[in-house]
Amino acid sequence: MFDFHGYGPSIFKGAFLTIEVAVLSMVIALILGMAGALAKLSPNGLLRGVASTYTTVIRGVPDLVLMLLIFFGAQIMMNSFSDWVYDNFGYEFFININAFVAGVVTIGFIFGAYMAETFRGAFLAVDTGQIEAGKAYGMTARQIFLRIIFPQMMRHALPGLGNNWMVLLKTTALVSVIGLTDMVRLAKEASGAVHEPFKFFIPVAIVYLGITFLSEQLLKWLETRYSAGVIRH
Amino acid sequence: MFDSLAALLNQNEIFTVSTLFQYWDGLVVTVQLVFLSLVMGLVISLPLALVQSLKNPWINKPIWLYVYVFRGTPLLIQLYIIYYGVTYIDGIQESFMWVIFKDPFYPALLAFMLNTAAYTTEILRGAIKATPHGEIEAARAYGMSWWKMTYRIVGPSAFRRALPAYSNEVIFMLHASAIASIVTIVDLTGAAQNIYSRFYAPFEAFIFVALIYLCLTFSIVYVFKRLEKRLLAHLQPR
Repeated sequence: MFDFHGYGPSIFKGAFLTIEVAVLSMVIALILGMAGALAKLSPNGLLRGVASTYTTVIRGVPDLVLMLLIFFGAQIMMNSFSDWVYDNFGYEFFININAFVAGVVTIGFIFGAYMAETFRGAFLAVDTGQIEAGKAYGMTARQIFLRIIFPQMMRHALPGLGNNWMVLLKTTALVSVIGLTDMVRLAKEASGAVHEPFKFFIPVAIVYLGITFLSEQLLKWLETRYSAGVIRH
Repeated sequence: MFDSLAALLNQNEIFTVSTLFQYWDGLVVTVQLVFLSLVMGLVISLPLALVQSLKNPWINKPIWLYVYVFRGTPLLIQLYIIYYGVTYIDGIQESFMWVIFKDPFYPALLAFMLNTAAYTTEILRGAIKATPHGEIEAARAYGMSWWKMTYRIVGPSAFRRALPAYSNEVIFMLHASAIASIVTIVDLTGAAQNIYSRFYAPFEAFIFVALIYLCLTFSIVYVFKRLEKRLLAHLQPR
């Protein structure tokens, strides 16, 4: 049953690649999401417009299409850039778009839009009276953000954030399409070579389930932590 | 008029009449896939969600497992298991099922249907569970049977409560259907990939298809907004 025809170790490595892609793109998504939420709530109309366009367009287009667009499009842009450099400066070079970077950046960029919506809702859920109280105490904007808004916002954002993380985790399977050797691609290659699809795809599915289960536990712990001081019914 | 339109289209290299027809064929495939899987997924999930409200552990445990597995693993893996897996089931190539499964459309439809059924079951279960207890007590006090209570009291209100979440699921399914192109189905994304590799023009090919998806998404959002306005009118702020 557990004979993987020698593919076991490489699929195991592929699992680590999946986690790496997921964690790195989550970091990008969190940063973009925070920036997007702040821009959406800013009094500056231009910033709001840019942020709304970003969240609307990204959430309206399939991940796979965006991934193909960025992966293939970035390569063409790089090629024309190196052509331009060669024509003007006579210096010849070639940049190959790395599938790992393209995958991480694209997933981070996509989920930044979802995170922005989550964070925006969470910001709005913080009582304005508390922010006013902070101002009345003479706190700087930074202090108000770090001491009053952020800890309370996290409480409201956590369930949505957790949801986004689970969806993101499953989206990482798509990086196999643009040539990254994550566990999905390795399982596909192995099952193609050995003609036993179930033997490779089902363990990979179980690994995903395992990561989902662990994430759920971590999320529960985080939610308890950030809900300290709140009465729950 | 069509001639002048064709002449206009033939002035550029990429968006000629023939490539636009490729996009159109892709659009038809995408809409078929999404619509059929959503309808069949809804048909499967309704009884599952209803049966779950009976709280029989022998029924609920398997349903819970089904929902957990399909929501906890990527759709791509589910598609691969069904698409590559069915070929290796003993004797399937000789049976009548092979007529269906040798075409990638049906394995993809099966995978999408099972996936959306799992998500929809969870949405409906949540909506049924959120029925105010007083309504159920009132129905019981009137001596309604379980069936009567379900289709008169719980069903209509749960359906309305599920609507916003279900609209998200519909959009999610539209976007998820793009992975059908990975198993050689020429849906919208598949058409874009073909046009990309024909002209080596990623921006034109993929941005155009992104705009079509965007229009589809907006149409879905619009339809559900209208539906919500009608069905949830009693909850609107006056």
